[in-house]
Amino acid sequence: MYDRIFPPAKITLPNGKIVYEKKSRAPIILVLLVLATIISVRFTNFDLNTLFKRGHEFFVIIGQMIPPKWDYLNNIWKPLLDTIKMSLLGSILGSIAAVPAAYFASSNIVSKPVAAVAKFFLSILRTLPTLVTALIATFIFGLGTLAGTVAIFLFTIAYVGKLLYEQIENANMGSFEAMESIGMGRLQAFRYAIFPQVLPNYLSTSLFSFEGNVRYAAILGYVGAGGIGLLLDESLGWRDYSSVGMILLMLIITVYLIEKVSEHFRKKLI
Amino acid sequence: MDAIEKQLHASPRNLRYIFTIAILILLLFIWSLTTVNLDNVSESGLGIAAGIIGGILNPDLDLLFSFTSQGVLYLLIETIAIAFLGTIMGSILAIPLAFLSASKIVPKPVASVTRLLLIIIRTIPALVYGLMFIRVTGPGPFAGVLTISLASIGMLAKLFVDVIEELDTNILESLDSIGCNTFEKIRYGIWPQLFSMFLSIIIYRFDMNLREASILGIVGAGGIGAPLIFAMNAYRWSEVGSILIGLVVLILLVEFFSNRIRNKLVRG
Repeated sequence: MYDRIFPPAKITLPNGKIVYEKKSRAPIILVLLVLATIISVRFTNFDLNTLFKRGHEFFVIIGQMIPPKWDYLNNIWKPLLDTIKMSLLGSILGSIAAVPAAYFASSNIVSKPVAAVAKFFLSILRTLPTLVTALIATFIFGLGTLAGTVAIFLFTIAYVGKLLYEQIENANMGSFEAMESIGMGRLQAFRYAIFPQVLPNYLSTSLFSFEGNVRYAAILGYVGAGGIGLLLDESLGWRDYSSVGMILLMLIITVYLIEKVSEHFRKKLI
Repeated sequence: MDAIEKQLHASPRNLRYIFTIAILILLLFIWSLTTVNLDNVSESGLGIAAGIIGGILNPDLDLLFSFTSQGVLYLLIETIAIAFLGTIMGSILAIPLAFLSASKIVPKPVASVTRLLLIIIRTIPALVYGLMFIRVTGPGPFAGVLTISLASIGMLAKLFVDVIEELDTNILESLDSIGCNTFEKIRYGIWPQLFSMFLSIIIYRFDMNLREASILGIVGAGGIGAPLIFAMNAYRWSEVGSILIGLVVLILLVEFFSNRIRNKLVRG
């Protein structure tokens, strides 16, 4: 279509051959991008004036966070540990539950329709924002850390499950078929032929999702699902910015440490 | 001892290491179990669960397909607009930061300071930025755009740095040897290498920003989050159902197209 409106340039090589150079698509993509930007500006009431006039307020808030209120540390420990526990528990259980989920979503192990249904459920679980899952969980399991754990558990199943079934589908099927041919069941063949192939990657993905979950867990308190988010919300509401600074400082240190530890083990695995 | 048995025994024995790690994980698991208490689980939980599932199965179709400013379609477009503008602003801000944190380009101390700044920006949850920006611009989608752009800088810059550090410098040397000036070196040596990778990263981040933007409404920063929360808190499950369906379909569609475009970009 595009080539018909803007015909490709014809170049005759010295040996008489004719090659076509297609016209670049860049202009039309650029126009579309500019249009999308303009529409977005309209929709979001984007206003540079306000930004220049009031943008410094943001740095005023940051300025108030420094120095952080050190005394507040004693109030932080418990929610912070709760956050870590929530994400740890959700990640461990979720990663374990992801194995059967991925098994039933791999089209080379189970039949195609079963795999399609399982994949569908996994992708819906994955697209639901964690905060929304957490909010629904607070309705069902009550306020507190249990709801947060459930939300993280569900998200971990979906995330690890997706990466795992992609691994399984790309695994080498030779040994799987060999084991089936000597009379092993499908599950047994999976256990001894496929699982060892995907194990290092599976563990690495689980660790990675744990890292991410700590970050997610930090905001779950906002909807009442336990952890440090509740504290964060309260102090922001009271405009007690030096306490916010302390919370954020502790959060940054925790996430950094967890990331470093998990990075060490992930490097070892792969 | 035949060949197979020999091979079996030749495998590295790190049983003690694995055993230690397993014990450690088990201890951590038990430790984290202490956080779960079932006291808050109310009897009405099952009824609510049934209500939610019923609502999602019987969505409010009028709301889903109406074009007014309360309808799901409008709210979804607003969410896309927030994510789109936020991604563009975030990428513009992230590119200079990425070059400043590439230790190949700037001196080591500068690079490590910028890296530290990026880690801090990355770790602070987007909701916190949202609450701060609302104090600056007032509630509404504008605050959402600023939040998204700030929240995406951290990851964008980190991924950009990886690309910058992997630049193939042999090309620059060969361009030097045929007498190109600095501008030509950037245009023909660096730009083509970076552009498609950067674009792929930006599209990936747009995908993530769409999810972020969909929850920012919770703090009042525009998008589909606010109506979702209101509907939930008012137990109007069919409304919740229609909003969730719209959101899930949108995110899946965007993910599908972004994956296709990125595949095309990376493979050329």
